[in-house]
Amino acid sequence: MEVEQFFSTVRLLLIVGKGGVGKTSVAATIANVASSTGRSVLIADVDGRHGAAAAFGVTDLSYDEQVLVPGDPATGRGTVSGRTLTADDALVEYLADHGMGRLARKLASNGVVDVIATATPGIKDLLVLGKVKQLVAEARHDLIILDTPASGHAVTFLRSARALADSVASGRIRRQADEVMTVLSDHDRCRVVLVTLAEETPVNETIETAFTLEDEVGVALTPIVVNAVLDVPPAVPAGALARLDPAQREAVSVALGVERTRAEAQHEQLARLREALPLPQIVLPERVGTRLDAVDFAGLAEAFVASLSEIGGGP
Amino acid sequence: MNHSLAELTATRRVLVTCGAGGVGKTTTAAALGLAAALGGRRVAVVTIDPARRLADALGLDALANQPQRVDLDSLRSAGAVNGRRANWWAPIDPTSAEAAAAAAGQLWALMLDARATFDDLIRRHAPSTEQAERILANRLYRNISGALSGTQEYMAVEKLHELVTAPRDMDGNPIEPFDCVIVDTPPTRNALDVLAAPERLTRFLDNRVFRAMMAPARRGLRVVGVAAQAALAALGKVVGTEVIGDAVAFFRAFDGMEEGFRERAQESLALLRDDATAWILVTTPRAETVEEAVFFAGALGEMGLRVDAVVANRIQPHIDPLPAIPPTPGPLRTAVMRAHAIDARAEAHRRVLLPLRTAVGPTAAFAEVPMAPVDVHDLHGLATIAEALCDPA
Repeated sequence: MEVEQFFSTVRLLLIVGKGGVGKTSVAATIANVASSTGRSVLIADVDGRHGAAAAFGVTDLSYDEQVLVPGDPATGRGTVSGRTLTADDALVEYLADHGMGRLARKLASNGVVDVIATATPGIKDLLVLGKVKQLVAEARHDLIILDTPASGHAVTFLRSARALADSVASGRIRRQADEVMTVLSDHDRCRVVLVTLAEETPVNETIETAFTLEDEVGVALTPIVVNAVLDVPPAVPAGALARLDPAQREAVSVALGVERTRAEAQHEQLARLREALPLPQIVLPERVGTRLDAVDFAGLAEAFVASLSEIGGGP
Repeated sequence: MNHSLAELTATRRVLVTCGAGGVGKTTTAAALGLAAALGGRRVAVVTIDPARRLADALGLDALANQPQRVDLDSLRSAGAVNGRRANWWAPIDPTSAEAAAAAAGQLWALMLDARATFDDLIRRHAPSTEQAERILANRLYRNISGALSGTQEYMAVEKLHELVTAPRDMDGNPIEPFDCVIVDTPPTRNALDVLAAPERLTRFLDNRVFRAMMAPARRGLRVVGVAAQAALAALGKVVGTEVIGDAVAFFRAFDGMEEGFRERAQESLALLRDDATAWILVTTPRAETVEEAVFFAGALGEMGLRVDAVVANRIQPHIDPLPAIPPTPGPLRTAVMRAHAIDARAEAHRRVLLPLRTAVGPTAAFAEVPMAPVDVHDLHGLATIAEALCDPA
């Protein structure tokens, strides 16, 4: 699959994965690849962790949009912007938009908004998604990448619209939920990127999440991104280490043995994932470094494009 | 003073494990619990959403909100062979008084059910069964444990309080309080989420606007009541009047219980802030996770508390001795080059952790658990991690 094909129809990508799988660096990598095609990209996070923005050197995001990397007509790169869509801000903005005006801030400060949000589970998630829907409709960006909340909460988050549409019969909230459902289930505009590690527990959760999202949210999936995958070390022929002194021989063969076991275990998990989910896989290499710096950032983008090109057929 | 994890598990009453999601917090909590139990203490581990394999390793197949005893016999029988120390924790002389004391240790574990814990709390504080039932049936109440952030954190703390004061078994019968409780916490960025949860929930339950609604007749509150009525009516038009109705009904049903709740929250908080509580920060050698851990250590410091130990999971050990890369191409060169790449990872892991070492200071213990090819799936696997934590070679 060509990069152009991957991004050709999609306007909204939701990055979903449990904590610790590197969801954020995947979001940044995809933003990087998309901007290299000349697209203007907005990265939005929803839990106030600005990891993806930090990859572009910006550590402080707010509800208001800001440019992370300006576009460059000379190289054809698109602008990358960022913002954080916190639920509290979305709720206050929604109330303000619906005639509550200045009262909305007051209700937030005296805790009434907390009570309301608790009494209507999913309302905050729905309002964040409502904001995303609005941004998609405004079409100021070619692509919006939403870094969803960590852990199992992502499923609850994406299910909030359906859950509220089912429980609220009418009114403004109901209409909002219906509109969000329409965007999420529009396979020509919105897709979910599942991110996982090639390890047993994350793979199990990914399989479960994939079915839940397809069946209950009706959202379409892109190829799965499997992060931090090791190459299987080359086999060491018998006697090859003979020239090392015994202590070195022992240390090297133990380390290579452990590495091989880990890599093979990972590849078994990749096979299991392929069997359970008939989706292509984008495999990214293990990254060792203190921060997502320019070098391995470019390396990840390259690996993403290379792995994508090995996938045949349409999105 | 630097207390090793061995000391902390042997002496502290409460150990709290904190950290980002996916760093192995729950496994660390279970391994520390095992270490404390093998040392002779009566230990309870409060786990939050453990991976299936860890639950299996502990023999917790049924979700239970009360502690279940973990059978350590198979582990103990493998511990001492012919008077020789077969495992790191096994007593050298199985007939000694020290061995007898260690053998008396017990490990119990539970999976936190925030909703059930909250229900118990309501039943305990309600002046009458009718009032408790009215609260438990309220729609707003039924949403609290799932939708109000901080509730799960608070319930973990509440469960901790119960286990050190008046625990009950699976059938609801009182059992002896535990000497040591290890509490796993939900993945959080901020120490405040755990420490502020009791306060946040109490404030929620104390909401002035809704309380003003309930008592419009009381002197001086009438004006507030009228203003609040108007605000809530406006809000009802946006979110639905039934939502407001549920909320008002909830606060009416809860009336009179705030004081008891506040006292209980204060006690739980005191327990967390006590010197007998150790804060264990769990991380992995990834830049993002380490940054969160540094942030957490700072937040804890601002509250006058400190990190007692850091557990760094999935660390690549150095290759020692590491041979030089031979100049001639061939299988030896290929193998040694890969060994160098692995060793560079070991170095990178240590470099990534440096800011955290600085943040927690020299007083915190620092334990590294080497990466393993498979997840922990039995007690022996857990004992191996406990060894890396409490008895590093």
